[in-house]
Parts: sequence; structure tokens; C-alpha cells
Amino acid sequence: MKITGNVWKFGDDVDTDLIIPARYLNTSDPKELAKHCMEDADPGFAGKVTTGDIIVGDKNFGCGSSREHAPIAIKAAGVSCVIAKSFARIFYRNAFNMGLPILECENAGVFKTGEKLSVDFDTGEIVLAESGKSYSTKPIPPFMQELVQSGGLMKHIQKRIK
Amino acid sequence: MGMTLTEKILAAHARLDRTEPGDLINAKVDVALGNDITAPIAIDQFYKSGAKGVFDKSRVILVPDHFVPNKDIKSAMQAKKLREFAREQELEYFFDGGEMGVEHALLPEKGLVLPGELIIGADSHTCTYGGLGAFATGVGSTDLAAAMITGEVWLKVPETIKFVYKGELAPWVEGKDLILYTIGDIGVDGALYKAMEFTGPVIQELGMAGRLTMANMAIEAGAKNGIITADEITEGYISDRAVREYEFFKSDEDAEYSEIKEYDVGNIEPQVAFPHLPENTKGISEVGEIILDQVVIGSCTNGRIEDMRSAASVLMGKKVAKGTRLIVIPATPLIYRTALDEGMFDIFLDAGAIISPPTCGPCLGGHMGVLAKGERAVATTNRNFVGRMGHPESEVYLANPAVAAASAVLGKIGGPGELQ
Repeated sequence: MKITGNVWKFGDDVDTDLIIPARYLNTSDPKELAKHCMEDADPGFAGKVTTGDIIVGDKNFGCGSSREHAPIAIKAAGVSCVIAKSFARIFYRNAFNMGLPILECENAGVFKTGEKLSVDFDTGEIVLAESGKSYSTKPIPPFMQELVQSGGLMKHIQKRIK
Repeated sequence: MGMTLTEKILAAHARLDRTEPGDLINAKVDVALGNDITAPIAIDQFYKSGAKGVFDKSRVILVPDHFVPNKDIKSAMQAKKLREFAREQELEYFFDGGEMGVEHALLPEKGLVLPGELIIGADSHTCTYGGLGAFATGVGSTDLAAAMITGEVWLKVPETIKFVYKGELAPWVEGKDLILYTIGDIGVDGALYKAMEFTGPVIQELGMAGRLTMANMAIEAGAKNGIITADEITEGYISDRAVREYEFFKSDEDAEYSEIKEYDVGNIEPQVAFPHLPENTKGISEVGEIILDQVVIGSCTNGRIEDMRSAASVLMGKKVAKGTRLIVIPATPLIYRTALDEGMFDIFLDAGAIISPPTCGPCLGGHMGVLAKGERAVATTNRNFVGRMGHPESEVYLANPAVAAASAVLGKIGGPGELQ
């Protein structure tokens, strides 16, 4: 699968309170959560982001809470994938479990807000549209690929229940 | 090659003779835990999957502690979802009303999480139980749903960093200061995906409250789990509480660590983590003048009876400064009652503190002490991210209960040594 989207760039240690503040955790409705996605990092984000856009962070993206509301908010806001130098581990698990594609890229720091990227999930290659320059990402472990292919963890489990 | 404590517990739960860092395992779960924020999504997933029953009624535990007592209608609906699910599934351990406490203080107190066990919880501070010598880690709601159904979880065996603490603790230095100092040293991703094993003579003498506090904040260094070898102190704490059999594991002499860090604790003074990351630590002598609007003493990090005693010893006969609000939150009903029985309520009330019922409330900016724009707080909690306790332009400083109590009296950040 290949996607193309515009970059929204954030820095190091984007925590789950920035992604979705706890004051909105009295619901798990994806549409409601999407309205407040990244609110404390960029108050107008939910109004500016368009379907297919890509969030890029530096190191330790998604640190903090275990709230699955964080990847849910990002996905429901229309974001097609998240690219970062590294991810916090619970966020990493949650993203796979609920089907938000994420990629670890050493060079995530070079991408800037407004740039257009195309991402090939099969090869893990990221191409900067304007320059045509390509960047590689860390391969997704086979077990995680299996999870993605079965459509997330619950689909994986459902097969076992039946 | 030997194995670490973490590797041994994981191997035992995956029915393997040994595991190594990087191995992907499917492991048996001893306890799966959820709260009123994370469990509603897990419950929805549970039903959507077509599951009829949880894998074990005594091992799926729900604690509505975050926005409870219900702070608004939406929160009330979420808590109600837990209540109905607990009733339908006849869960043996569902803590509500006057039985509810902050989950990571409550479960150890009730003997529901034990040495050698594998515990997952849809709450990042589930790692607290590593203080008892368990492997415990935070997961999301979907992982919780899967574990509620199957009693299993997939995990990657982490590498372990060994932390060795030596020397004599300085006055007013507690487990909280050791972990803040460590996070300040290695950074908020210093142990990313790894296990943090806390060892050394200082840890061997540290009480259970301090151990739980240290393991609690392993997540703030990005760790998968924090862990301390169970010993006589653990046995003394757990033997009368345990609801199941338990087993002590310890790392082999020749276990392999990705890194070993040694600290001489004699050089560590009470720590304060500045906004907006737990790694922004300074010794109390370097803090400068930070005027405070609010002080919170409580949470899964520092809401235990030892923390209440520490705060009370500082507050005895003192008054909270004008213009500063002090909120004390005993983390469980037992802690609440013990504090009352030991006369601490008189000390807190005489000082002008507010005593809150058990709740996570203000720690995550939920309720019972949300900060306004521009306000500053010292809290004995675990995170000081942007907007963590309220308005995005408010500030949170993290410290131990004695420093928090002294700061409330001073109206600015300071240690107990500054009080006359």
C-alpha cells in the first residue's frame, strides 16, 4: 500500500497529554476525540489537518499514558500515518492493535510541516515529493505484520474464539 | 548464560525454559486490570469480538478511579459501563464506592498482585507492581480486551538495565528522589522498551512504599517494566495479604544486562522535576524561587500511608501559606482510615489542607484540583507534561511528599529543612 500526504511536524517527546488531553477522556467516541487531536501542541490542528496528512515527530513519540484514545484521535482526525525517530512502547502497541500505521525513521527530523511525502508501507520507503529524495524506515517485525494483515489484534483473537 | 529476574518471570509465564531479549512470546496473564478511562473501550471490543465470558472472574479486575466519584455525565456513563460489565461477568474484584482506591495503591494492599506474577493493566503505571518482584506493564485497551478473553498477552522480551544504588540516603531523600534522579540522568526515553532492575544495598533497605514508587515511575523513562527482587521486606508486606500462592524469582549472577548504572545516593538531595518533562530534575538547593498556587499530595506514586506520614510529620503544627491550596489524597480507603486513626486528619485540617477521597483526579487534570491558566503546582504525582493538571499554560513540578508539604507551608518550592 502506498499513500501520499502533507507533513505536520512536531518535536521530541510528544506525550499522550499533547495528543489528547485527559480533560476529553470522558468519552471514547472517535469523532469527539478527533476534534481535540494535538490540541495542546497546536490548538488549531484539528481544524487544519486534512484526510491523508502525515504526523511526523522526533524521538519518543507518544510517551506517557496508555490511553488508546491517542492513536484513536489521530486516526479519526484523518491522519494516514505517523512517522517518528522512535515511539514510546505502549503507543507503538496501541497503534498496531487499532490499525494506525506508524513508521520509525532515523531521518524523521529532516521533514518539515507542509512538505509532501509518499510512503510505501510494503517497502518502508519514504520519498520527499519535491526533491525525490528517499529515506528508509525500520522494518516492521513479522509478528506485527501478521497483526496488521489480520486487521488488528481483535480480529486475530476472534479467529481463535471461533 | 544466566537470566534476569524479568526474563525468568516471562519464561515461566510462556511455559519456556528460558527467554532472551528480543524473543516474542505469548504469555499467561495472572491479572488483567482496567480503569474507568481505558476499560470502556476494552469492554466494547470484548462484546464486538463475540466473547461471552472473561477468562477468569478472579483475575480480571476493574477499578473506576480516574474520574470517580463521577465528575460529569459522560464520566458517569463510563463508570456505569464498568459497573454493568462487572455485574454481568460476576467479577470477584470490582472496587466501587467506599471500596474504591487508586488502582496501583489498592491492588498491592489487597494482595491481588504478587511476586513472580505477570500483570498487565490498561494504565501506564501498572509497572508499579514491579516493586513487589512481579513483571507488570501497561498496555492499551485493545490489549486488555484480548487478555480479558484469552488470559494471554503477546510480549517482546526486553533487555534489562541494572541500576545499583549504594551509600547512605541523605535526610528527606526517598524512593521518589531516587527515581526522579535516575530519570534525570537517563532521560524520558533512557530505558525505552527495556526493563529497569533496581538493585543495591539502598534498595534492599528501602521499604515497600519506596519500592512501589520507584517501579511506578519506570514508565517515565520509557521502560516496559521496573522491577525489584522480592525479599524479606516483600514477604513481610505480602504474606498476610496474598490471595494466591506466589513465588520469588531473582536474577542469576551471570545474567546479561544491556547496561549497568551505579549511583552513590549520598550525593543525591531531594529532587524536583521542572515543567514539562520528568527528566528536568534539579536538587532542592538549586530550585530558586518558585511561587505556588497549589500542592497535591497523593496518587499511585505517593499516596500511600508512608507518604501521608511523611507529609504529616512536616505539616505538624504548621499552616499552609496564604494563597496556596494544599490537597491531600489518601490513595485507598484503608490509607484514609489509617491516616484518620493516627491523628493525621487533625494535622492536615489544622494546617488548612483539603482532604480528598481516594481518586486519581487532579494528577491527570481530571477533577478535584484542576489548574487555571498560569497557575503553578507542586505534586507528588508522576507527570508534569504540558496541560497535565489542567490549563495548557499551567505548570507542574514533581517532588516527594515531604518537599510538597514543606512547599505548601512556604508557599514556594522548598525542602523541610527550610521550615522553622
